[in-house]
Amino acid sequence: MSKRHDEPIVRASGLTKIVPNGDATLTILQDIDLAVMPGEAVAVVGASGSGKSTLLGLLAGLDTPSLGSVRLDETELFALDEDGRAALRKRLVGFVFQSFQLLAPLTALENVMLPLELAERGDAQRVARAMLERVGLGDRLNHYPRYLSGGEQQRVALARAFVIRPKVLFADEPTGNLDGATGEGIIDLLFELNSEHGTTLVLVTHDEMVASRCARQIRLAGGRIVDGER
Amino acid sequence: MGRVAIALRMLARDWRAGELKLLGLALVVAVTSVTSVSFFADRVRQALIRDANQLLGGDLLITADHPLDRAFADEAQRRGLAVASRIRFISMSRRGDAAQLTGVKAVADGYPLRGKLRIAPAPNASDAEARGVPPPGSVWIDERLASALDVPVGARLELGAAELTVAAILTLEPDRGVSFFNLAPRLIMNVANLPQTELIQVGSRVRYGLLVAGERESVDQYERWAKTRLGRGERVQGLESARPEIRVGLERAQQFLGLTTLLAVMLAAVAIGLATRRYGRRHLDNYAVMRCLGASQWQLFALFAWEFIALGVIAAALGCALGFATQQLLAGGLTEFVAVVLPPPSWVPAAQGVLLAFVLLLGFALPPLMQLKDVPALRVLRRDIGRPRERQLVSYAAGFAVLTALVLWQAGDAKLGAYVLGGFVGAAIAFAAISYGSLRLVASAGGLGGIAWRYGLANLRRRARASTVQILALALGLTAILLLTVTRADLLAAWRAKTPPDAPNRFILNIQPEQRALLARFFQNHGLPPVTVYPMVRGRLVAIDGAEVSAERYEELRTKRLVEREFNLSFMDQLPPHNRISAGRWFAAADRANGAFSVEEGIARTLGIKLGDRLTWSVGGRSFTAPVANIRRLDWDSMQVNFFVIATPPLLERYPTSYVTSFHLPGSYAPVMNKLSRTFPNLTVVDMSIIVRQVLGVIERVVQAVQVVFLFALAAGLLVLYAALLATEDERVREAALLRALGASRAQVAAAQRVEFVAIGLAAGILSAGGAAAIGALIAERVLNLPYTPSPWLWLWGPALGAACVAVNALAGARAALSRPPITALREAE
Repeated sequence: MSKRHDEPIVRASGLTKIVPNGDATLTILQDIDLAVMPGEAVAVVGASGSGKSTLLGLLAGLDTPSLGSVRLDETELFALDEDGRAALRKRLVGFVFQSFQLLAPLTALENVMLPLELAERGDAQRVARAMLERVGLGDRLNHYPRYLSGGEQQRVALARAFVIRPKVLFADEPTGNLDGATGEGIIDLLFELNSEHGTTLVLVTHDEMVASRCARQIRLAGGRIVDGER
Repeated sequence: MGRVAIALRMLARDWRAGELKLLGLALVVAVTSVTSVSFFADRVRQALIRDANQLLGGDLLITADHPLDRAFADEAQRRGLAVASRIRFISMSRRGDAAQLTGVKAVADGYPLRGKLRIAPAPNASDAEARGVPPPGSVWIDERLASALDVPVGARLELGAAELTVAAILTLEPDRGVSFFNLAPRLIMNVANLPQTELIQVGSRVRYGLLVAGERESVDQYERWAKTRLGRGERVQGLESARPEIRVGLERAQQFLGLTTLLAVMLAAVAIGLATRRYGRRHLDNYAVMRCLGASQWQLFALFAWEFIALGVIAAALGCALGFATQQLLAGGLTEFVAVVLPPPSWVPAAQGVLLAFVLLLGFALPPLMQLKDVPALRVLRRDIGRPRERQLVSYAAGFAVLTALVLWQAGDAKLGAYVLGGFVGAAIAFAAISYGSLRLVASAGGLGGIAWRYGLANLRRRARASTVQILALALGLTAILLLTVTRADLLAAWRAKTPPDAPNRFILNIQPEQRALLARFFQNHGLPPVTVYPMVRGRLVAIDGAEVSAERYEELRTKRLVEREFNLSFMDQLPPHNRISAGRWFAAADRANGAFSVEEGIARTLGIKLGDRLTWSVGGRSFTAPVANIRRLDWDSMQVNFFVIATPPLLERYPTSYVTSFHLPGSYAPVMNKLSRTFPNLTVVDMSIIVRQVLGVIERVVQAVQVVFLFALAAGLLVLYAALLATEDERVREAALLRALGASRAQVAAAQRVEFVAIGLAAGILSAGGAAAIGALIAERVLNLPYTPSPWLWLWGPALGAACVAVNALAGARAALSRPPITALREAE
């Protein structure tokens, strides 16, 4: 739990990611310094291969850096082991992905219930149902993902992300698989939910229109921040 | 509690989505087959033992050289067991001037408790089951006695002081053993007439017997009780005294049943492994998402473990219920040949079923599940990472260890288990090596042919590993199926052939040296084929390697009795047919010069005789010592004259020798035997037809039982094939969609898949034919001890089955891949 509003909720320092590439190495991210304040909405923009998704993975603790550190809500992420980071995610973090990442064998309702169930909450069904109604899918509760349109699937994903009332939401190209109008609807919903819940948003996109909805844009090129660093 | 509840919900969801159906089905088939086989095998075994007990006339026989204390019969009746007494002795029976030494058996109502007497109205007339025992005042005599005394049915004969009427010709006496008593012509009378004969006097050599029969449990308990109360000259006989021919039959019956169950279990194991592997692959993304949502590795593992445990419990319960139902069905068929009510099935097979479900899950589902644990959360962002490296060695080692334990437990016969397992492991290694090698070879031939051909072969090459797994699984499944069908039929035929309908059914004993030529001429004159006679010398085993042989040295009653009596020794230069050397070598020139013995395997084990041991024998008051040059394995089902111990001729030639032979006497030649008895009054002719009939009966019953069990194994085999073909379905669907999206026609996609499938099917089929031939030969030779030549049909059926399987799958797969719009398939595959 963050104690003060003037402390960043996400802070990256000297974040560097180097991967082996044949006999040589490839630097994907280099010396990234970044701070995101509570409640802030930040877009990470850049061309394909600029390192956006890698940065997101590191900020969320899904991946480990070659160098540098990330503090999430005053916890040093990489001082924890993988299970420790998972526990932190369960408490603090929501995700939205480009490819929705819904579980195929589960209905819409069950997909939204999943994070609550993993947290062993007894009211999972009631809360998940309310959340799906909030995103306008109250009549699609028992549909499987394969019978939902792309936009509907992403709305289920948004419901799943917000159902645990995360402090930070990481979104990776949330409109990347959607047509323009549908994408716009999703972004509207995302920002509505974001303000309702007072969530901090870190959004990766290559879509300038989407990025412009955020208060701040951070531009990546060649693994470095070229604009928007604070 | 929360975690289990979530796991149960996951189970329900996965089941609903069809993710677990194959796995669940494989488990249910395995448990059903094992439980029903356990139930059924237990009952068949009991039925067979009961059949064997007919040779005793009951389940248990207490004998004594004096009248038995009434307490034995009273206690048996108190325990709800049926009892019948019999008294046997040897005496002269007479008619006019003719007299014949006769084996007399006086019986009371109820005899025999197991099996039936059969009688005929006249010599050589057709016989029927007798109702009860001879009424007072009458006797039933066998053909030899009728012939020796020239007494027709209806006439009277004298037995001691009594005069009794011959009421029927005795054709079958279930409890007739082969001892001296039994070699004499037979007479059965009612015990009520015994006092009139005045034959039972103080000092008479009489065997009193009490037959007991009932439920196994009670008989066992009674046997324990009786053994503590045996007095001097009293002893208990149980099944262990059954003839070796029948024992061998029983053992082989168990082995056949064991073999079939074993294959069912192994097949189920393969199906479960394949199904879990597929489940794991399909759940990679879900796993990553859940990791991403904050579930710890341990939490996820626990969830999946609970889910699988729940699946195991449900599958086990269902399998047990089905197994029980099947067993009831089978038991119905069983009553055809078992007239007695069987004891209710015990809970043991059910416990075995539950245990099996968990052993299978642990051994074959756990390893792929463990791999899921390592899926990184980052996979949600980058799908190219996190495909688990298959830790094949580790998971296969774990699975193999479990399978070994399972197979040995299930087989109940370490040797059979070891050969089946070893055979399959060897076949698996060979299959994998050959298929991987040929895939590499195919790869180099890739440049030829049309697009379908090239693309199909390219698929095989690109998926060399997955294709190898697929060919391997398919080949193993087909091997088991071929073993169960073609090879099993061959083996059963081989077994039947070992005791052919024209197996020897008469033994002639006590042939004197000078009678050999006369007997040969007699046979020739009566149109019978020539017979081989074997020399026989009676001797007592005195010492093994200098250590005195005495009954005290052995624990088992049977062994004690064995060493107390005289053995029938023989001598010859050539190894008799139906005998095989299992250790050492047949007599060499040096052995002949110095003297040596050849000992039968079973008796050597019982008495603790090893190759090279020096045996001391006493014959006619003189003793001699020589080493054991070889151990022999006998072919008991051949019904030939068999000897436990054979010596080099110079050792025994100088001792009093008689000769023995066995031959097949066609039914129509029965009068010839009467003539033989008259021509050579000293000869003893023993009718073995009941034993032959019994051996054949055992075989037939086993064949029936195996047929039923076979169906389960076949079901398991089909599951394996299905699972193997399903293994690459997801990938295939996605690729087909991609090709279609790129503009390939349905026909082109289907043709490419056909090339791939046909190659896989043919390869698996050819490999499985080889595997089935090799494993079949191994089991036949080493375990079942049957001659076996692999059927050439294997080479037709193997590839045909392989091709048929993939053809069915290709149809279904092509439908799945081509029926949906490419975009749907692509989206689902994401």
